[in-house]
Amino acid sequence: MALRTSPEIGGMGHSIKRKEDPRFIRGKGNYVDDVQLPGMLYLDIVRSPYAHAKIKKIDSSKALATPGVAAVITGQDLAKYNLHWMPTLMSDTQMVLPVEKVMYQAQEVAAVLATSRYAAADGAAAVEVEYEPLPVVVDPKKALRPDAPVLRTDKKDKKDNHIWHWEWGNKDSTDRAFRDADVTVKQEIYLPRIHVASIETCGCVAHFDKVNGKLTVWMTTQAPHAIRTVFALVAGHVGLAEHKIRIISPDIGGGFGGKVPVYPGYVIAVAASVLTGKPVKWIEDRMENLQADSFARDYHIAAELAAKKDGTLTALKIKTIADHGYADAAANPSKFPAGLFHICTGSYDFKAAHVEVDGVYTNKPPGGIAYRCSFRVTEAVHTIERMADLMAHELGMDPAEFRLKNFIKPEQFPYKSALGWEYDSGNYAGALQKAMEKIGYAELRREQAEKRKRGELMGIGISSFTEIVGAGPSKHFDILGLKMFDSCEIRIHPTGKAIARFGTKSQGQGHETTYAQILAEELGIPAADIQIEEGDTDTAPYGLGTYASRSTPVAGAAAAMAARKIQDKARKIAAYLLEAHEEDLVWEPGKFSVKGAPNRAKTIQEIAFAAYTNHPQGMEAGLEAVSYYDPPNLTFPFGSYICVVDIDKGTGEVKVRRFVAVDDCGNIINPMIVEGQIHGGLTMGLAPALYEEISYDELGNIQGGSFIDYLLPTAVETPKWETDKTCTPSPHHPLGAKGVGESATVGAPAAIANAVVDALWHLGVRHVDIPITPAKVWKLLREKGVTE
Amino acid sequence: MQIQVSINGEKHQVDVEPRLLLVHLIREVLRLTGTHIGCDTTHCGACTVLLDGRPVKSCTLFAVQATGKEIMTVEGLELDGMLHPVQEGFMAEHGLQCGYCTPGMLMTSYAFLQKNPDPSEEEIRWAISGNLCRCTGYVNIVKAIQYAANKARQGGS
Repeated sequence: MALRTSPEIGGMGHSIKRKEDPRFIRGKGNYVDDVQLPGMLYLDIVRSPYAHAKIKKIDSSKALATPGVAAVITGQDLAKYNLHWMPTLMSDTQMVLPVEKVMYQAQEVAAVLATSRYAAADGAAAVEVEYEPLPVVVDPKKALRPDAPVLRTDKKDKKDNHIWHWEWGNKDSTDRAFRDADVTVKQEIYLPRIHVASIETCGCVAHFDKVNGKLTVWMTTQAPHAIRTVFALVAGHVGLAEHKIRIISPDIGGGFGGKVPVYPGYVIAVAASVLTGKPVKWIEDRMENLQADSFARDYHIAAELAAKKDGTLTALKIKTIADHGYADAAANPSKFPAGLFHICTGSYDFKAAHVEVDGVYTNKPPGGIAYRCSFRVTEAVHTIERMADLMAHELGMDPAEFRLKNFIKPEQFPYKSALGWEYDSGNYAGALQKAMEKIGYAELRREQAEKRKRGELMGIGISSFTEIVGAGPSKHFDILGLKMFDSCEIRIHPTGKAIARFGTKSQGQGHETTYAQILAEELGIPAADIQIEEGDTDTAPYGLGTYASRSTPVAGAAAAMAARKIQDKARKIAAYLLEAHEEDLVWEPGKFSVKGAPNRAKTIQEIAFAAYTNHPQGMEAGLEAVSYYDPPNLTFPFGSYICVVDIDKGTGEVKVRRFVAVDDCGNIINPMIVEGQIHGGLTMGLAPALYEEISYDELGNIQGGSFIDYLLPTAVETPKWETDKTCTPSPHHPLGAKGVGESATVGAPAAIANAVVDALWHLGVRHVDIPITPAKVWKLLREKGVTE
Repeated sequence: MQIQVSINGEKHQVDVEPRLLLVHLIREVLRLTGTHIGCDTTHCGACTVLLDGRPVKSCTLFAVQATGKEIMTVEGLELDGMLHPVQEGFMAEHGLQCGYCTPGMLMTSYAFLQKNPDPSEEEIRWAISGNLCRCTGYVNIVKAIQYAANKARQGGS
């Protein structure tokens, strides 16, 4: 896309430096734990050592005798206000604090309020709880057996552990296509539980001002406005009304989906502040964060693919068991309990597809949320990209050639997928060919053949993903009934500077910079002159927040639409000032001039001044606009990634030698920020591919509940990412943009897994579940007789 | 217990519980909130500060262990309104996103460049391997440290 503005204005396409950085590099950010109020009490939480147990007794006496402890709160205390249970975003229910039993290890059991962090921890250690262990159900497949203990005994008439069944697509035509297929492949794929593990954990400071009856909550939330409404709906009966609730989401130290849900700790802190009239701080530690906050994934997938002899794909069939823990606390649009999993036909032109997902309860923490992903898109992409490789290998075709044969062609867009989505735009072959060229694909295949002769293990993996982001059109997308629009409100000051506020909330994505650039592009006001604010529900317009790569597709579009309203009014003022007809004026970023007389012009700054000092009679003063943008469609970013791995035969260690990522996110607002998002996303793709997993033993004990066992990649394991791009603008977005924050997380794991299987295929290995740890590979190599 | 510490050149005498962690002394008693807490197990490095010039993870030291010592935090990097080259580098090379790991990264980088003013990429990657970043993928952090090394060698600091 050609630049329309000068570097001084800094509109779209300029890599301007981030407005956020001056405070962060000086240690002057303001995160939730930095908020310290006079008289503040600290909250610590007692957690269950058992995955499933009756609570026989909670004895708070020793805790209450601990110096500094002000109160101990139990489920019984909250039950008096009917606040011991709360709804989840998926209209299931979960406990705030238990009255009868606990359902997972690390579940909140009681809370201690004290005058200091240390006293609160002392108090929590002194609370004595008597449990009676109950049978534990960890495996979701066993949970579905008729003899499995029913976990949700709180639900009357619940006779099993099945939550919901969801299916999509045409079963008959899919079955027919499978009957007629020349070749079919089938594979079970497990995508394990993982955790976003943002470096800042979750927490809040709740402050109920008894005099004014107003509750202010500083909170690690990606969706402050929705949270305000949820609080009002859940706690309305105890006197919290929405106009008396203010949610402030200050600087957020990474979100990635983990800061969308409402965790019990927030609710207990709010309740404690309302009861005591004092500010209450709750900050979870890392182990609480990993052990109790919403997890991602945990999908047990069985996929089948059908094709003709010549390699043409014909049909896809998927059955999945979704382990949700003890409550469905996913953060999905209401209509789609399996999120956007039905993007699983990916980048390929399928005529038939059918997907089934069954949600199941187990004795694990509730979820599942996204892991830097738009509602189960990674699960979908991993499945189709693994299956595409499997089919290509089965047919003896090169995986690149196989993909090029089956891609949706550029001329097929807008493309209606077999599962009902309308893909906006794409050039999938263009991205793959660019990646192949950049990495030297043909040469790598030659090298691999030579190495194989020498017994060395080298693999090349491709992932050509299509994402689906920017939820979403109000016709199909809502969370708890709230439609998934987003918003921008702009005020231009008399001197031509501006402030704009949004319903989203950055957690590191750089909204203060990119939103200013969108407005600079549309209005010609320098990005440096535009202040961006979000995250305070008292000042910002209502919006659904930042997750699922929706900020640019939805709120970014709202910024463009609001700016265009301002431009319309500015044109009227310019016409008045220039004594010209509106239709005779020509706009270029920053000014209106008279057609044929370019010297007769008014800058946006002059127009802004006139809007307050010399506006036309009959026109309202001021220069402001607001837009609540309801997107006409989702956007479909895509890309092709190629990864080269070398496997150490002695240790089973997989080393990513090179990784080329070619992304297409349509028109780009700030290339520097986009590249940064891709680097980060790739690293969060590498992480679950090779390192991260949260698993449980038979008794429901968590394995991987601290950074000792849950391995985040460091700078040493992380490869030097090589990025490039193609640009296919979205026709459904006013700026032609698509969103990019999660593409790489979604696309990368399959490229790595495919590379590993590619390295081992000749030994008879058909699939390896992620994370592909040295132990897993070493075991395979032993089985295949490669390593002694 | 009474302890004396000097933080970013400013002397303080404070009365602390023996079990108070250094990071809580810095953040909650002295109210320098640039130093962050990201884990409790010395893995993430968000709490990295310098103790007598050596990078330490302040979540795993007691405040009393800092008595008589000089602590330097992210707030001490800027001198007389001039950013330190590592701060400039992180901004210039987009070496930060959410900003939460950044103070720890800056302090580790600062101490590392004092010891090794002309590092290779591999040396940089090992040097920051005790600091986790979930946003950037490290590529631009490496570039930021290279920027600072170049700048310092040219007499920037």
